[in-house]
Amino acid sequence: MTTTDATPTTPFDAEPRFESVQEVRDALRDSSYLADEGISGIVYLADRLNKPILVEGPAGTGKTQLAKSVAEMTGAKLIRLQCYEGLDESKALYEWNYKKQLLRIQTERGGDEGNEDWTDIKDDIFSDEFLLTRPLLEAITADEPVVLLIDEVDRVEVETEALLLEILSDYQVSIPELGTIVAKQIPLVFLTSNNTRELSEALKRRCLYLHVDYPQLEREKEIVLAKTPGITDNLADQVARIVRSIRQLDLKKSPSVSETLDWARTLMLLNIETIDEQIAKETLNILLKYQTDIAKAAKELSVDD
Amino acid sequence: MMTDTVTTPGSGASNGGMLDLLNGFVVELRNAGLPVSLTENLDAMEAVQHIPIEDRDAFKYALGATLIKNHAHWRSFETVFEVYFSLRGPEYKIAEGDGDTDLDELWREMQEAQQQGEGNGQGGMDSMTPEEIAQMLMQALMNGDQGMMRAMAKQAVQRFAGMEPGRPVGGTYYLYRTLRNLDLDNMLEKMMDASREEAPGDLTSLEERLEKEEYEDRIEKFKGEIEAEIRRRLVADRGAEAMAKTLRKPLPEDVEFMHASRDEMVALKKSLYPLTRKLAARLARKRRHGRKGPLDFRNTVRHSLSYGGVPAEPKFKYPRPSKPELIVIADISGSVAAFARFTLMLVYAIQNQFSKVRSFVFIDGIDEVTDYFKATEDIQEAIHRVNTEADVVWVDGHSDYGHAFEVWWNKYGKDVGPKSTVLLLGDARNNYHASQSWVVKEIQQKARHVYWLNPEPKSYWNTGDSIVGEYGTYTDGVFECRNLRQLESFVDLLA
Repeated sequence: MTTTDATPTTPFDAEPRFESVQEVRDALRDSSYLADEGISGIVYLADRLNKPILVEGPAGTGKTQLAKSVAEMTGAKLIRLQCYEGLDESKALYEWNYKKQLLRIQTERGGDEGNEDWTDIKDDIFSDEFLLTRPLLEAITADEPVVLLIDEVDRVEVETEALLLEILSDYQVSIPELGTIVAKQIPLVFLTSNNTRELSEALKRRCLYLHVDYPQLEREKEIVLAKTPGITDNLADQVARIVRSIRQLDLKKSPSVSETLDWARTLMLLNIETIDEQIAKETLNILLKYQTDIAKAAKELSVDD
Repeated sequence: MMTDTVTTPGSGASNGGMLDLLNGFVVELRNAGLPVSLTENLDAMEAVQHIPIEDRDAFKYALGATLIKNHAHWRSFETVFEVYFSLRGPEYKIAEGDGDTDLDELWREMQEAQQQGEGNGQGGMDSMTPEEIAQMLMQALMNGDQGMMRAMAKQAVQRFAGMEPGRPVGGTYYLYRTLRNLDLDNMLEKMMDASREEAPGDLTSLEERLEKEEYEDRIEKFKGEIEAEIRRRLVADRGAEAMAKTLRKPLPEDVEFMHASRDEMVALKKSLYPLTRKLAARLARKRRHGRKGPLDFRNTVRHSLSYGGVPAEPKFKYPRPSKPELIVIADISGSVAAFARFTLMLVYAIQNQFSKVRSFVFIDGIDEVTDYFKATEDIQEAIHRVNTEADVVWVDGHSDYGHAFEVWWNKYGKDVGPKSTVLLLGDARNNYHASQSWVVKEIQQKARHVYWLNPEPKSYWNTGDSIVGEYGTYTDGVFECRNLRQLESFVDLLA
């Protein structure tokens, strides 16, 4: 672990990971994530500017998958911090290993030699050995390249968000007993949010903002083709079109991309070549999860006009 | 932090120009009501140095990612962007005479293809008959070719919009003129007919529906192209700043309920749902997390075991305040109907934050509508029933707060208790009827709180037949609720 006084070259000078936007896009495609212009462009910028990306959008549009795919394509280790209500410093950043510290003190007493005075012990028990690293600290102290995924950041309370600020802007963590720990390498950071609450200005300001929406027809078809082996072009096209049609309805929960894929796979398993109304209606419960939504969609799809 | 490593082609000499350009853009964004901080401005400055300036889309995304941090603001951002940068970039020049562009080239190719069998003369759209134009447009739309559609849009605006420099009419007028000449509604029918012919057998209704949606989608895109073309021409005529001002639209949360246009209403409804979700999450959290509860002795002792019996980590009980009971009494006469609808929608969308919600609507008669909301999960449908089925007219269908309140008090007054919070919604324009404000006074004495929400701007209160001041003296507060933002902050205070 490096402390402030020993950093000859800053990690900010590291070589950029990507040469061009197109390279990002191609590489993402190779790890079977079909990015559009906006997504790949912002990933590229995040690397160049050393800034975290805040990814927002409806559930099931591949926000988390984006981080995973980026990790895969750069060969980096993915460190994930799942946020939840009540997340605190000791779960996100670091924690002192109290039990081990206690043991250390007691061994000292039990040893009966008494030649180590209190200052030594104090210095000793507040050292790396007794520090339990949690995801955030782990991400910046790792030697190998890292992609840090802070998932569903909107679930933590506003006050807890503040924990993230230091690491997001300066890539460092201050530990009162140890000093400041500076990153050895700059991780690519993704924060995802389902937008259940407004994130604080301070957090947003430090991030690049990426809104991932349901994909356009063409892209959705490509995704279906890429992720469902053996599917015919024709069926993929139909799937994408019907899903688009359903998304236009006023529903409680529109079908997500992952549900589209589930549906396509189901159709494949049922050996269906073309979708007619009957089949669409019978398999709607894979796309939609609310009874009212299913009823509404079934009604809409069978209207003759 | 990385200024020393930045050397992208074209950034050297034109840096000063770029700085001015971006600063101007940020000023425009702020004028449009979008919050852009200084650091975000700097980020944008740095970001654009990493992308090729010629790539318009990349440029837009770079600016968007650094400057806009809320998806609801994206549309406003796009408008400002399109206006501000409309004349910058080679492909977007308006070709007059010698300035040949790709689009004109494409247009000529299309014409040649079209005229294979007909042998007409060359030229712009001026030399073509409306039938030929329609034919060509249909082809472009059926192929779904972006470039062709853009070329068509450009020619169509040139021919049909009849734009004159300096004429003080808005873009919508030109848009209307162009679209009227192109007759896009019939186009959809024609395209459907064509694809019915093309298909080997009969189209099933599902296929038909999908085809139709595809074409509708393309027509929408084509309309977008026409709009963009008109905007470019207007900007060229009047300058970006003047145009930005006329095109500036309020953000959805700032649209006034009483003056919203139909489009704005749709946008409002759309932004209401995510808002209620946020609000509900926030209220639920607020309820659980005031850490001011008393010490939880058992829990503290249990945790002290891991510190060898020292109670190092005190644990507290979470307070669980009771949920309020809500009674909403709303005026749904013409002018304030939209406001009442939105408030009801909002209240019912977060109804599990209250122990009970009852709602009443009135004009001069009053009716309870709680059951409409209980019967269905679909709030829109319930609102529709409120508008059509509720029995709210007593004499002439002009607001009579006094009579409505009096009837309400006699019928339901006994249900008001110390847990109830009563919301009165309306502009208090009583058409000079008797106010019966004693009812409000009675309510205030029995209920926990009484609030009045008024959708009118404060400066209009107590003018003409508005008697909000008289009612207001007996309430715990009168709030101006002209837009979603104000409504949201009020509900936040309530629960």
